[in-house]
Amino acid sequence: MTRPPDRATAAPAAIGAWPGWASVFVLVLVWQGLALWLDSRLLPSPVTVAAQIGWLAREGHLIADFGITLARAVTGFAIAMVLGTAAGLAMGRSRLADKLFLNWVVVGMNLPAIVIAILCYIWLGLNDTALVLAVVLNKTPLVISNIRQGVLSFDPAYDEFARAYRLSRRDTFWLVHVPQLTPYLLAAARTGLSLVWKIVLVFEVLGADLGVGFRISIFFQFFDLKGILAYTAVFVVIVMALEHLVIGPLERRLLAWTTDLA
Amino acid sequence: MDYGPGLSLRIDRLEHDGWPLYADFRLQIAPGQTVALIGPSGVGKTTLLRILAGVETGFQGQALVDGRPAAAAPVPGIVFQDARLLPWLSCEANLRAVRSDAETQDIEQALAAVGLVGLNAAWPRQLSGGMQRRLGLARALLVNPKLLLLDEPFVSLDRAVVRDLQALVQGLIARNQATAVLVSHDPEDAARLAHRAVLIAGRPVRILADLALDTAPGQRSRAEISAHVERIETTLTEAAP
Repeated sequence: MTRPPDRATAAPAAIGAWPGWASVFVLVLVWQGLALWLDSRLLPSPVTVAAQIGWLAREGHLIADFGITLARAVTGFAIAMVLGTAAGLAMGRSRLADKLFLNWVVVGMNLPAIVIAILCYIWLGLNDTALVLAVVLNKTPLVISNIRQGVLSFDPAYDEFARAYRLSRRDTFWLVHVPQLTPYLLAAARTGLSLVWKIVLVFEVLGADLGVGFRISIFFQFFDLKGILAYTAVFVVIVMALEHLVIGPLERRLLAWTTDLA
Repeated sequence: MDYGPGLSLRIDRLEHDGWPLYADFRLQIAPGQTVALIGPSGVGKTTLLRILAGVETGFQGQALVDGRPAAAAPVPGIVFQDARLLPWLSCEANLRAVRSDAETQDIEQALAAVGLVGLNAAWPRQLSGGMQRRLGLARALLVNPKLLLLDEPFVSLDRAVVRDLQALVQGLIARNQATAVLVSHDPEDAARLAHRAVLIAGRPVRILADLALDTAPGQRSRAEISAHVERIETTLTEAAP
C-alpha cells in the first residue's frame, strides 16, 4: 500500500534544478569510468551505447518496439486506473461492498504477476488482449487499495459542511471528495506507472513478437550488451520525461494549495 | 428592509446513544432577534443548531423557520467552530461552493462586508485565523444574510481578534436585520451581541434562565456589558446544583 506524497516534500525546493542535472552527469561519468576500467565487452561506454541507440533507431526496431510497449502500458494503466478508482470508491463508501470484495483485492495484490500472465496467455492466446488484460488484473487491486484508503481518510467535518449547506451530490463529489482523493490518485498513478512498465516488459518476454521486452530477450540470447543498455537508456529517458514533464507538474498544480509556492 | 425569519423549536424527545439529550424543550425566537445560547461544552448546543439548520431530523418534535419545517426552509448561513473552509479551494471558490449562481458582484460584496477585498485568489492557508473566520462569515452571509447560525464563532482566537470579529458580526446582523442564534460558553459573547441570553444545562437539557439583555447590542457601554456578563454569571452560579 502506498501513502500519498508527504505534503512538505511535495513542495519544490528553492535550490533550483541543478542538483538533479548534476546527479545525472555524475552517473554518466561513473558509468564511463567503470567502462574504461572493465572490459568494454562487459560494460559498453555511454558513448558506445548512444551510438547504438542511433543505429537501432535507424536500422533496427527501436521506435516500433517502444511504440507498441508504450501503447500496451498506457492502455493497461488507463483501464486499471478507471476500474480501480470506481471500485475503490465503492468499497470506501459501502461497508457491504468492502466486506464482499476486500478479500478479492488482497488475493489480487498477492497473486504473482507471472501466474496471471501465463493464465491469460493460455486462455486468450498470445495476443495483445491477453497482455493488456494481465496488466489490468495485476494493477487494478493496487489502485483499489489506494483509493479505498483515500476514501476512508475523508474528514467527516467536510461532509458535515456539505450537508449543512445542502450541497448537491455532484458538488459534494467534485468539491469535497475528489480533492481529498487527489493525493491518493497521484500516488496510485505514480506507483502504477512504474509497476506497469515492469510487468509489461516481463509479459513481452513471455509471449509477444514485438516490444521492448521481446527485443531485450533477443539481445539476451546473443549477449548483446550494447543493445540491452541502449534499450534501457531509452527506457530510463522516457520514464524520467514522464515524471518531470507530466506527473510532477500535474502534482504541483493539483496540490498547489498545500504549498507556499502557489 | 424585512426582518429575518422567526424560529419556533419544540423537541419532545431527542436521544443520543440511548440517553435523552432533549425532552420537552421549547424555544421561540422572534424575527430579527439575536439569541445567545449559553451553556457548558458538551451539553448539546451544536445539536440544537443542527436541528435549526435542518440537518438533524432524527427527533420527535418540530423545528419551524417562518412556519416551514427547517429542512424545507432556505439554507441558513452557518458559521462553524473552526472556519471549516475547503483548503483546496481559493477564497472565491470557497464562496462559490455554497452558491454556484453567485454573480461576481455578490462575491465582491461578500468579501467587502468582512474586509477581505482583493483576496479572491488566496488560499485559505494563507489567511490568519481571524481572516479565515471572516471568510467563513462571508460564506454564511452569501447563502443567507437573514438567518445566521453561529457555533462558537470566536473560540481559540486572540483577544484583540475576538473584539474585532464580535464588532463585525454584530454590525452585520444589525445591518441585515438578521435573526441570529449564537452558541457559546462565554457570557461575554452574549453580553456584546445578543438581545437575549438563554442559559441551558443538564441532561436532558433544560433552560435555566431566559434573560432579556437591555440596550441594543452595539450601543452598550462597557459598564452595561460588564453588568450583563455579571448577571449571566450570577444566574449560572445560582442555578448550579
